[in-house]
Amino acid sequence: MDLNYSPEESAFRDEVRGWIRANLPDTLRDKVLNYRELSKDDLLSWHKALAKKGWVAPFWPKEWGGTDWTVVQRYIFEEECEAAGCPPVVAFGVRMCAPVLLRFGSDAQKKRFLPRIYNGDDFWVQGYSEPGSGSDLASLKTRALRDGDHYVVTGQKIWTTLGHYGDWIFCLVRTNPNTEKRQDGISFLLIDMKTPGITVRPIILMDQGHEVNEVFFDEVRVPAENLVHDEGKGWTVAKYLLGYERMGTGRIAFSKRELERVKGMAAKATKNGRPLLEDPRFRDKLSRVEVELIALEITNMRFLDQLRGGRAPGAEVSMLKIKGTEIQQAITELAMQVAGPFAQAFRPVDGDDGFDRLTASLFPRYCNLRKATIYAGSNEIQRNIIAKATLGL
Amino acid sequence: MDFEYSDEQKLLSETLRKFLNTGYTFDARDKIMKTATGYSEDVWAALAEMGILSVPFAAEHGGFGGTTVDMMVVMEALGEALVVEPYLATVGLGGQFVARAGTPAQQQRILPSLIQGKTKMAFGHLPSGGRYDLRSVGAKARAAGDGFVIDGEARMVLDGGAADVLVVAARTSGVDGDARGISLFLVDRGTPGVTTREYRTLDNHRVADVTLGGVQVARDALLGAEGQAFPVMEEVVDYATTLVCAEAVGAIKYAHDATLDYLKTRRQFGVPIGSFQALQHRMVDILISYEQAKSIACLASVKVDTADPAERRRIVSAAKIKVADACRHVSQEAVQLHGGMGMTEELKVSHTFRRLTSIAAAFGDAEHHLERFAGA
Repeated sequence: MDLNYSPEESAFRDEVRGWIRANLPDTLRDKVLNYRELSKDDLLSWHKALAKKGWVAPFWPKEWGGTDWTVVQRYIFEEECEAAGCPPVVAFGVRMCAPVLLRFGSDAQKKRFLPRIYNGDDFWVQGYSEPGSGSDLASLKTRALRDGDHYVVTGQKIWTTLGHYGDWIFCLVRTNPNTEKRQDGISFLLIDMKTPGITVRPIILMDQGHEVNEVFFDEVRVPAENLVHDEGKGWTVAKYLLGYERMGTGRIAFSKRELERVKGMAAKATKNGRPLLEDPRFRDKLSRVEVELIALEITNMRFLDQLRGGRAPGAEVSMLKIKGTEIQQAITELAMQVAGPFAQAFRPVDGDDGFDRLTASLFPRYCNLRKATIYAGSNEIQRNIIAKATLGL
Repeated sequence: MDFEYSDEQKLLSETLRKFLNTGYTFDARDKIMKTATGYSEDVWAALAEMGILSVPFAAEHGGFGGTTVDMMVVMEALGEALVVEPYLATVGLGGQFVARAGTPAQQQRILPSLIQGKTKMAFGHLPSGGRYDLRSVGAKARAAGDGFVIDGEARMVLDGGAADVLVVAARTSGVDGDARGISLFLVDRGTPGVTTREYRTLDNHRVADVTLGGVQVARDALLGAEGQAFPVMEEVVDYATTLVCAEAVGAIKYAHDATLDYLKTRRQFGVPIGSFQALQHRMVDILISYEQAKSIACLASVKVDTADPAERRRIVSAAKIKVADACRHVSQEAVQLHGGMGMTEELKVSHTFRRLTSIAAAFGDAEHHLERFAGA
């Protein structure tokens, strides 16, 4: 065991840092670091820059554009991207749909979709949850009836993140309502969002942001060739995908950057004439979060290292999700605490001049990050998974 | 980076666990801690025989030249078995002072004998009313003739009753609280003027209050430079802190395994209590505490050998904060989930509770280390 970075790993860090410095536009960086909303173009332009460099999907197999990096290199890359303020690579295509296609897709599907996902030609979104099917996902009702060489899809998806940017949506649909086990009636379908019969409606969250949507399907005709894996095998695909989804939810490098920002803010804020950072009551809270994050950084790499050789992520990533999201939330709370009374400001009534948008973004972020312990399987569901899969309870 | 124990480390772990599983059962431990000395000479001899006492010391003294990660392997196993022998005091504290600050002559006099199991050691510094700050020591020493005379006390000396040789911190100049002016002395426990009052601790280990009344020692009893002991005290105590973190990881592992087993076998309302979600989620949180404590103990084990002093202080304190929190969380939950049985003397889980409670405060509780972490 050696938890120090090797000279090769340090050299790799320098290489990544140098490339980002030369290629990340200031406008994008400023948007990210000031918590501004990123447009579809913002997200895709960075995606395309990474694709051109060959770094957009490090963990894919080499033949499809993967980099063959070790777990440590992948983490270094993530850390450098977050520290520099790079926009995120949206997970739905690269981290979710693609692993599914690589594992279950036909050769034709791989050839058709993977290069486009890699190059950022299509913006993918996820159609899993439904109004009546949240934690109990297998109860989903959106139906897909076979009609010749098409499926006809009718139903509703909800909480569709960035659905309003979506070109394509991968969906869990019910192809057979009469199976003994309801999981056996579910299939995994790729749907072009330009197909007639699809309506996307925004859901505004308590931070006033438009991030998630409802997606309605009314007799939407989907070519049967867009079925991934066999009909009725959607649940197998769904679970496989969820492992990959959760792998990305720990967001440790992101939390590291955010914690450093809070420390920086707390060093400038004063309380009784001293930096707030030196106030023992505040400092102890901050330190406990920091210590938890130091430990999680190692836990994360220890766990992901066990996936060497291509094993799909299992219950271990549930733990990363639980701890990672708890830390993300704690940091947003600390940031509000640093701003104190100024954290109450939210929106200017008229005129934007002189309004401190950064401080005003702390409360929306605190609101927004409440989602983290709910999405991708609530943290309670993650505990159920660990109890069953790891502990055998 | 590399996240796995080496084959050599795995072998070390297996060998030690094999011995402890047969030679150090819970019943055997119970008998040992009820003896007059509170530890077993036979077990000590066996640990020497297996080379466990030699792990961190240099080859020239008969040691294995091991890293702190090697020691982590040992401490995890000792923690899981709740070993009460004076290993930490001898190998992790006393022997470390000699190895790090001793002259070649001092090392030659003590270390080979320690490795062979013939010399036990302990470290004393704590004054009455003291806490965790090593700048505050209970004894004073002054030059006299060819050597020194030491007066004062060292309270709560871990395994001070078992020790043949004590490392005593005494102030030779300056005032209480100064980092400068502290010196270390090798004091044979039989030296006239040294008295020890031994007692059991809450976890069935032993400590001693050592009183020093006009204790005369020779010039070569001085360990390291006169008045310059503080940095080495901090270094050795950071090392020992890392070791108890690893020991805690082993004890937490036991508490985790025992509790999980209990949830699967204990039946109420006609079903195993592990089928209840309220308990499942608490069990998962125990597992998370274990993994987080293990990760940060690994990090401390690596950094205590390789980092500069500032980084070493920061990471060791981070580890102790997390481990102290995990000690409290897991020990309390293990008892709670065992119900009434968890309260009883007859179950190992209650003894694990006691050891973890002790480790949470050893070499500084979470609050002490939060202060140190913030200052680092």
